[in-house]
Amino acid sequence: MKRRQFLKGMGLAGLGATLPFSLVEISFGMGTKPAEHESFTFAYISDSHLTHLGGTRFTRNFDQGLRKAVMEVNLMEPKPDFVVYGGDLAQLGKREELDHGLELLSALRPPIKWVIGEHDFYLDMGRYWEDKISPLHYSFDHKGVHFVVLNSILTYEDWIARWPTAEERMANMARLDNPHGSPFLVGEAQLRWLQEDLAKYDANVPVVVLSHSPLYKIFKPWNFWTDDAERVQKLLQRFHRVTVLHGHVHQVLYNQIGNITFYAMMATAWPWPYPVSYVQKPNQVPKLTVFMNRADPFHERDGTGWDILDLDSGAITNHYQLWLNENRTVAFDFKLKHPVDLKYQDPDKRIPPQFHY
Amino acid sequence: MKRIPVWLMLAALAVPAPGDEFTEEDLKRWKAEYMKVMERGEKLFHSPLGSNNVSCDQCHPNGANTHPETYPKFQKQLGKVATLREMINWCLQNPLEGKPLGLDSDEMIALEAYIHWERRGVPLAPGKH
Repeated sequence: MKRRQFLKGMGLAGLGATLPFSLVEISFGMGTKPAEHESFTFAYISDSHLTHLGGTRFTRNFDQGLRKAVMEVNLMEPKPDFVVYGGDLAQLGKREELDHGLELLSALRPPIKWVIGEHDFYLDMGRYWEDKISPLHYSFDHKGVHFVVLNSILTYEDWIARWPTAEERMANMARLDNPHGSPFLVGEAQLRWLQEDLAKYDANVPVVVLSHSPLYKIFKPWNFWTDDAERVQKLLQRFHRVTVLHGHVHQVLYNQIGNITFYAMMATAWPWPYPVSYVQKPNQVPKLTVFMNRADPFHERDGTGWDILDLDSGAITNHYQLWLNENRTVAFDFKLKHPVDLKYQDPDKRIPPQFHY
Repeated sequence: MKRIPVWLMLAALAVPAPGDEFTEEDLKRWKAEYMKVMERGEKLFHSPLGSNNVSCDQCHPNGANTHPETYPKFQKQLGKVATLREMINWCLQNPLEGKPLGLDSDEMIALEAYIHWERRGVPLAPGKH
């Protein structure tokens, strides 16, 4: 057992009581495997959905979520090597929203690795993002780990062409439960690029894929779904240690498919229900996931938060920073070969708010 | 056997069918009337009804996590047993930063019709959390 202090306590006595964490424990009790890379931490902030109201006015609630995450990441100790922004910075892809997001995120001290979400993309098909913020897909190496960023929120050309205006296209992609929606795609061009990118790496190199949508299939009616996910999974198969970190679903969610571990990251804006709560259509929500607490609507930040990730165990450990709830840690279990919640995985340990219906 | 007077037989022919003898056409019309209101509710549910461009479906896609079958139920934050309509108004006033609807307004009934439609088939569970 090892303890690591993630947040500076000094000079924050007054704030300390309201901050949801001071110490995060990392358990090594599950069968350790020595890390073949230097250990480091990074943070993940996602799904802020900043909403422009006109002039310099934005929806207060969603601004508050992003501001809180930025403040808390800046308090992390040791400092994260970088912060991933997981997409959906904007609500309707407007320049005002993306500029506002850049301004709020400029307060972050560590560098940012950007992932685009569909709310950032479908007004101008990612042009402003690519010009001002980041390439839409790219890869980088950090301390022995290969990171791949995918633009996983592309879709079919005929759906893109069916809307008479950019605003209608954006609005229709933005509505989660839209019966006229379209499933996400990584697409041929990116799949070819991914194959070439991965070809340079040995199968022992840990690979972390950063995407906005989950690179597996959970619930098509809400686009918790990437249509060509299996093709991405196939390209990742020869690697021994692969983790996909995604946003989009606004909830605690984790899964294991073959050699690939999947983690959903928290949203700063609002929580989505689990698809099991919509009884009219079948879903494929991973049985492995211990659900987050049902959110209390009377507490604006309940059900939202951000994530701290470390690679100390040799695989990614995910520390869910849950505002107004107890934080949760989900780590890869080397014996069971899938991620487990360190406190709640045993069905007997679960608590009433974790049951969704 | 009692004789039925001729005037009564004639009167029975002259009046319309009693209320409990509704037809397939009646059922179709009543369902269509409901669906019209439900569809209006669906539109409202997906529109910004307050002052901050936030709509109900942003937290409740397909009306999920509204649990209409559990109302009325005790809401600790309101300190009383509350109805679904009161909770709809709470959402309009707080996350949507808007004004409450009249409890018997057409808009309120439409929202309720949509929320119930998305939850059809779920057994009633009044008071459940």
